Amino acid sequence: MKNNMRYEIRFSGSGGQGIITAAVVLAEAIGALDGRNVCQTQSYGPEARGGKSKAELVVSNGPIDYPKALQVDLLLAMTQAACDAYFFDLKSDGLLIVDSGLVEQVPTSRAVSIPFTQIARQQIGRELVANMVALGAVGYLCGQVSMENLEKALLARVPKGTEEMNAKALRAGIAAAMAIDLSALPRSIVSDWESEL
Amino acid sequence: MGASEGQKRVLLQGNEAIVQGALAAGCRFFAGYPITPASEISEVLSVRLPQVGGTFIQMEDEIASMGAIIGASLAGVKSMTATSGPGFSLIQENLGYACIAEVPCVVVNVMRGGPSTGLPTSVAQGDVQMARWGTHGDHPIIVLSVSSVSECFSVTIKAFNLSEKFRVPVIILSDEVVAHTRESVILPQQSEIQVFDRITPSVPPEWYKPYADNNRGVPDMSAVGDGYRHHVTGLVHDERGFPTQQPKEVEQFLNRLHSKITKGFNEIVVTKSFEMEDAEICVIAYGSVARSAMRAVRDARAQGIKAGMVQLVTLFPFPRKVVDSALRQCKTVVVPEMNMGQISREIHRVNQAGTRIIKHNRIDGHLITPNEILKYLLKV
Repeated sequence: MKNNMRYEIRFSGSGGQGIITAAVVLAEAIGALDGRNVCQTQSYGPEARGGKSKAELVVSNGPIDYPKALQVDLLLAMTQAACDAYFFDLKSDGLLIVDSGLVEQVPTSRAVSIPFTQIARQQIGRELVANMVALGAVGYLCGQVSMENLEKALLARVPKGTEEMNAKALRAGIAAAMAIDLSALPRSIVSDWESEL
Repeated sequence: MGASEGQKRVLLQGNEAIVQGALAAGCRFFAGYPITPASEISEVLSVRLPQVGGTFIQMEDEIASMGAIIGASLAGVKSMTATSGPGFSLIQENLGYACIAEVPCVVVNVMRGGPSTGLPTSVAQGDVQMARWGTHGDHPIIVLSVSSVSECFSVTIKAFNLSEKFRVPVIILSDEVVAHTRESVILPQQSEIQVFDRITPSVPPEWYKPYADNNRGVPDMSAVGDGYRHHVTGLVHDERGFPTQQPKEVEQFLNRLHSKITKGFNEIVVTKSFEMEDAEICVIAYGSVARSAMRAVRDARAQGIKAGMVQLVTLFPFPRKVVDSALRQCKTVVVPEMNMGQISREIHRVNQAGTRIIKHNRIDGHLITPNEILKYLLKV
C-alpha cells in the first residue's frame, strides 16, 4: 500500500448489535498492535437500542487527513435497513458482506453472505456475539490485519469473563470467511482496466 | 519497561487524549457534570485522578463545577472541568470570576449542535464567539482548538502551561468528531514534555502583595494555606486584593489584565500551515474541519491548483498576523465552519487587502466533507 492510500471499512447495523465495539477492536488491532495509522469514527442516535448504527475505519500507512470514509472498500451490513442506507458509496470494486439471515435483498452481485447471527446462536449459543463472528469475517476478508493481533485486541477490549465466548465467536467468523472464494465474485471492468495500465 | 512505556503505540479517543494531556501537565483536580459528547473525560478522570493522588468530584451542575475548580486552583492545584454547550452556558458565570481574580484553570468545551440542548450527539462549532465573549465584561481569555487525537494531548498541555503562566482561564474547544474519533498515536514520554508551573512568591509573607504588578505583568501567586495573605474577590481590586473604585487603580488593574495577554501574543498564538509556500488560494479552518480542508487541498493540488491551508489552533487572541499574511498572499480565502460564520467575521475584520473571502457554513450536525471545500478551490 502506498503511503497516501486509504483502505476504508464501514460496519453498519442497528443500535445494540455491537457494531461500534467490533470496529473499535479492529482499530485497536490495526492501530495499536499492527502499528499502522488508523482512524475510527462512528455515528449514533441518542437512543441506546434500535436506530441505525454505523462505525468507520480508515487505514493508511501515511497520516490520515479526513477521519471519516470517503469511498468505502468494505461494507459490513448487519441489517437490511443499514445495507440500504450505507451501500451507496461503496467502491465499484469494493466488497459487501452481509448477515444472510437479516439482509434478504442484497443490492449487488459482488457480495458475501454469511449467517453471522445464526452461527452465533448455533455454534456459540449466544446471538449477542454475532458482532464478533462478523468481525472475524471482516478481519479475514479485508486483508488489513493480522489474525493473531485481532484476537489479542478482542481479548483486551471485551468484558472480563466473556473472553472465551468472544474469541470462539471470532474464530467461527474467520472459519466461515476462509470458506469464501473471493476470486469467484464478479469484478468491476473499470478497475481491471485501470490495473493493467 | 518503564522507559518504553511512554513510547507505546495506543488507540485513544480524543476525549481520552485530553485526559492524558491534563494528567501529563499536572492536573490533579477535576470537578464536572457529565454531558454528551464530553462524558468520557469525566469518566476516565474519575478512575485516573485518584490513582495519581488527585481529586475527582461529580458536581450538582456546571456553575458549581466552575466554582470548585477555581477554589482548587487557588489552593495551588492545577484544575480542569469539561462540558458541552448547555453546561458551557452555566460555566460563564464563574468564568468571569476566574478572569478577574486571575485564577489559572482549564475549561474543555466539546461542541455539539445547539442552541439549547440542540443536537446532543452531533458535531458543531457554534460556541466559538461564546468562548471569547460568553462571560460579561471586557475580559481577556485564551481559546484553543483541537483537530485530532494527538492535538487533544498536546494542546491540553499547552492550555495548562498558558493558564499557569498568564494566570488566565484557558478554554479548549473540541467537537463531537474529534472527541469520539479513535486514532493510533504514540504519546511522548513525560520527560519530553515541558510543564510550566505558576510562579509563587519569593518574598516573605509580610511583604507579599497578591496583585502587585511586575515585569511579567502576571503577579506571583501563593496558594491558600501557604501562610501568605491572599484576599480574593470578583470586585475590581487593588494590589492587596481589596476592592477599589479609585479610577487610577481600576484603570491600571484592567489594563494589566489585557496587556498580559497582548504581551504574550507570540507565545499564545499557534497556527499550522500546509502547502502555503506558493498557494494562490487557501482555506482557513480549525477543529475537525481542518482535516477536511487538508484533504481538499491535497485533492486540489493533485489537479494542479495551487491551494494551501492555514489551521488555527489558537482562536483567541485571534491570530491576526498569520491570517493577515495569508490574506495578502492569496486572491481568495475559503472559510469552512460548522456554524454561521463565527471565525469568518474575524477574518473579515483583519482583511485589509480586499481579498475575496468565501464562507462555507454547515449546520446540519454533520462534518463538512473535503468535496464541499474542493468545489470552491476548483472554481477559482
